[in-house]
Amino acid sequence: MNNTMAPGMKPLMREWTYLTPAEAIGRWLVWLAVVAATVWAVRSIDIIPEFLADAPEQMADLLVRMWPPDAAHYYPDVHAALIETLHIATLGTILSLFLAVPIALLAARNICRIPVLNVTAQLILVSSRSVNSLVWALIFVAVFGPGPAAGTFAIAFRSIGFVGKLLAEALEETAPGPLEALTAAGAPWGSLMLKGVWPQVQPAFWGIALFRWDINVRESAVLGLVGAGGIGVVLDDAINFFQWDRVATVLLAILAVVVVAEIVVTRIRSRLI
Amino acid sequence: MSARQGLVIKGLVKEYVPGKPVLRGIDLDLAPEGITAIIGPSGTGKSTLIRCINRLVEPTQGEITLDGEKLTGIRGGQLRLARRRIGMVFQEYNLVERLTVMENVLSGRLGYVPLWRAWLRKYPAEDIALAFELLDAVGLPDHATRRADALSGGQRQRVGIARALMQRPALLLADEPTSSLDPKTAVEIMELLARLTQAANVPVVINIHNVELAKRFAQRIVGMEGGRVVFDGPPEDLQPHHLRQIYGGEDWL
Repeated sequence: MNNTMAPGMKPLMREWTYLTPAEAIGRWLVWLAVVAATVWAVRSIDIIPEFLADAPEQMADLLVRMWPPDAAHYYPDVHAALIETLHIATLGTILSLFLAVPIALLAARNICRIPVLNVTAQLILVSSRSVNSLVWALIFVAVFGPGPAAGTFAIAFRSIGFVGKLLAEALEETAPGPLEALTAAGAPWGSLMLKGVWPQVQPAFWGIALFRWDINVRESAVLGLVGAGGIGVVLDDAINFFQWDRVATVLLAILAVVVVAEIVVTRIRSRLI
Repeated sequence: MSARQGLVIKGLVKEYVPGKPVLRGIDLDLAPEGITAIIGPSGTGKSTLIRCINRLVEPTQGEITLDGEKLTGIRGGQLRLARRRIGMVFQEYNLVERLTVMENVLSGRLGYVPLWRAWLRKYPAEDIALAFELLDAVGLPDHATRRADALSGGQRQRVGIARALMQRPALLLADEPTSSLDPKTAVEIMELLARLTQAANVPVVINIHNVELAKRFAQRIVGMEGGRVVFDGPPEDLQPHHLRQIYGGEDWL
């Protein structure tokens, strides 16, 4: 096979390496940075060796104190708080849908063609998401005083960013053709949205709403820790009084609700899509 | 009803990019009756021309009037009122997929029907009667409650035609209405379009790739090349040398 080359020509020296030297050094530096960051982080969190050593013991002790859960405590205290938690999650989600729809319409670049408004709307969505619901709860406890109203608003304001972002993406993915056809028929803006856009985003909208409600059931369970109502208040009280059997009851109740919410949402979503 | 003077286009220029005109000064005077077919190679501005008429594309220069009323230079509500007198049929049908056939046909009335009626689906009785009439006419009498995404291509275009006629238009634009269809369905759709628009006395401007279909159904053919009109006349006058000029080359003839 070597004879295919013209006489008098030498084959070119060819070599194959996976990485160029610069790439190899680059990789090595990345690994070095990761290791350095890890060491730095571990040194800064002040692990006390004695506490680390008896941590398994402490955990075991806690679990023993939790068992058996105080079932008698469930009704009426935990039950009422649980229902309140569901109310907070549901009302908060509904409120967030109302607030998020106009912002999503402004954020979607195919619906609102003014770049300044697109950016402003996206800024609102990002700031809503960047604040944790516990921080929102602290703010609204300061505004409304402690109680479920603060929790509801905290859930709503945290959800605006999530719902608005996903809804804006769904809006931007709609097919332009039907909208063009209705524009050509002389339909006003409201009718364009109602008959051209809404049918296209409807499944996504209900999917997002249910998904967010599911998340909000979980989030509203902890809001009570900062006094924003719901089952977190009962949990906080039980922990403060070292009533670990009651803590266990509350945790089991939350787990049960989250599992049920998850099952319900999954069922409904599979029918929607 | 205003005097029917038809569609008049004067000096129409469209530049998507400044200095690179797609339409280089189109002058057309179309009678308010019959089918006018616009033929020409892809990218020569046929779609742009048709979309300039109902202002889906904004003309750079020139004036367009329909029955004496200006279509260029108007905005907002005035433009909306002008648009609802012009029906349009699309290559990709552009139906709202998740709505029923009936709602798609009725959406042709959205320019006339107030928002609350559309929302509550309380369309005026005469609109519903007309929609049923049109569904019968396009051959889909039993499909009113089916969803648009359950239909075949030919059926969708029938719904598209019904939707456009639902506007009771003074002019119907059709942008490659048969290009996504098989040859047999394409002829059926053209026959339907010709028959219904003649019955309703609506003039039609149609972009079409298929020269044979154009010659068979149109009373007037406009040949475009390079953003200019290079042929304008009845189908009998369209000779091979015209086609050579419009499309270039001759191997395909």
